[in-house]
Amino acid sequence: MESMDYLTESAHLDVENIEAGYNGESVLNKISFSVPAGQSLAVVGPNGAGKSTLFKVLVGLLPVRSGTVQIHGKPLGYHLDCVAYVPQREAIDWKFPVTVLDVVVMGRFGKLKWLQKPRKEDFEIALHSLEQMGIGDLAKNSIADLSGGQQQRVFLARALAQNPHILLLDEPFTGVDASTQETTMNLLEKLHQKGVTTLVSTHDLNMAATRFSQVLLINRKVIAYGKPEEVFTPENLQIGFGGQVLSMHGVMVVDECCPPDDLR
Amino acid sequence: MIEFITSPFTYSFMQRGFLAALLVGVLCSVVGVYIVLRGMAFLGDALAHAMLPGVAIAYLLGGNLILGAIVAAIAVAIGIGFFSNEGTIKEDTAIGILFSAAFALGVALISSIRTYAVDLSHILFGNVLGVSEKDLIFTAVLAIIILIIVAVNYKQFMVISFDPILATMMRLPVQFLRYLMLVMLGLTVVVSIQTVGVGLAAAMLVTPAASAYLLTRRLPSMMIVSAIIGAISSVVGLYISYYINIASGSAIVLTATLIFMLAFAFSPRRSKITHS
Repeated sequence: MESMDYLTESAHLDVENIEAGYNGESVLNKISFSVPAGQSLAVVGPNGAGKSTLFKVLVGLLPVRSGTVQIHGKPLGYHLDCVAYVPQREAIDWKFPVTVLDVVVMGRFGKLKWLQKPRKEDFEIALHSLEQMGIGDLAKNSIADLSGGQQQRVFLARALAQNPHILLLDEPFTGVDASTQETTMNLLEKLHQKGVTTLVSTHDLNMAATRFSQVLLINRKVIAYGKPEEVFTPENLQIGFGGQVLSMHGVMVVDECCPPDDLR
Repeated sequence: MIEFITSPFTYSFMQRGFLAALLVGVLCSVVGVYIVLRGMAFLGDALAHAMLPGVAIAYLLGGNLILGAIVAAIAVAIGIGFFSNEGTIKEDTAIGILFSAAFALGVALISSIRTYAVDLSHILFGNVLGVSEKDLIFTAVLAIIILIIVAVNYKQFMVISFDPILATMMRLPVQFLRYLMLVMLGLTVVVSIQTVGVGLAAAMLVTPAASAYLLTRRLPSMMIVSAIIGAISSVVGLYISYYINIASGSAIVLTATLIFMLAFAFSPRRSKITHS
């Protein structure tokens, strides 16, 4: 496994002209953007804008109809385990008989051979990741006992244990408590310092504007991409969110972009 | 008391019966863990019924019944995977269609034979006391193969069952592993027709594993506890069948069901759910 060579190397991501969707319907149309290595990027847009779809394409869960995705300048799938992805939590069977530590150790499986058992170092890395997320004491707990915020932290710990060059988080701030949001944000900042490229989709435009260096605003196509103050202009917000509830205070900050009941 | 325990073993067919029941009990219970966790109980039942045409054709041609069952089960398993691949139709719909079709075909074939009543009842409800030495060896070999498949793919099966997204991202051969699980399930059902029959095979797959699910919190312990429950059910069931002279398959399944009820009553999972 050559992946270890890249431990300290930041990944740059190039997306060119991709089209993707489900059942013949296109969700993403001609999306192009480049993320320099080590960037922290917030992906924003209204519901149905294709944020989750974009992430699925970026991690290879959904094939593109056309266009290319390159990481480290290589096509998707060339580097097996340099991308970590934290999906929305509904995708998981939380009654599965595994402990918190078991789940995080799974993040190490990509570095093991088919028959190889997790090594001592894998457990140590997993435990350390849990401690970084502030839930080291839950390691032996069954995942069925966790709260929503704790579930989120377990998956972040697993992503951390994967030692990724690129980390994608799909809606990590939705439906979790404030302290988990803050832990998530701190983790992202720590990873940013370590040079990990991070992409985070969020509904929280305030968070996107204040805590990320770059913002990508999409609504099935790229509306704007750049520094928060360049992206969050009244014109862009009008194009991106259209008639959706948007109260504009002053120049750029937007309060609630989405009513809280659209958590699904 | 000792005689009570040893007396069945004075007959060699009983010795073979006990060994077969034990093997099948353990095998079904281990494979059943995946059935329960992946919600494939319906599929297990379907496969058991789907073997009927294979058995019938083998019977008509004078061939090996178990071999016929294997061919039919694998064919149906692959058919289900094929029709439900990429979500063309839902898996349970594909199962419903293929399993009833195969069962209907099996009954149609068997109804053309004149003296089928005895064999049919053995196929449907098992005949553990009629297990020949050859059957026993065959069962043992299949059991070992399947347990090796489980051991070799343990990590991979866990990931595709728990988190298919991670499995895809790890570039696991998800499709291949899915088929492998289906084939494994098919073979297990084939082996189990000897002791509990087509009609009760699903119970052997699901009941011990579901009991173990209620009593444990990790996959390895769930497998071990499930295997122990399967073994106990098989042995106790056979004793009951021997002493009060009831059908062996029924006795085994009813014993397993009793254990399940006890597990349900004392499950730490359940008490947690009601308390929170």
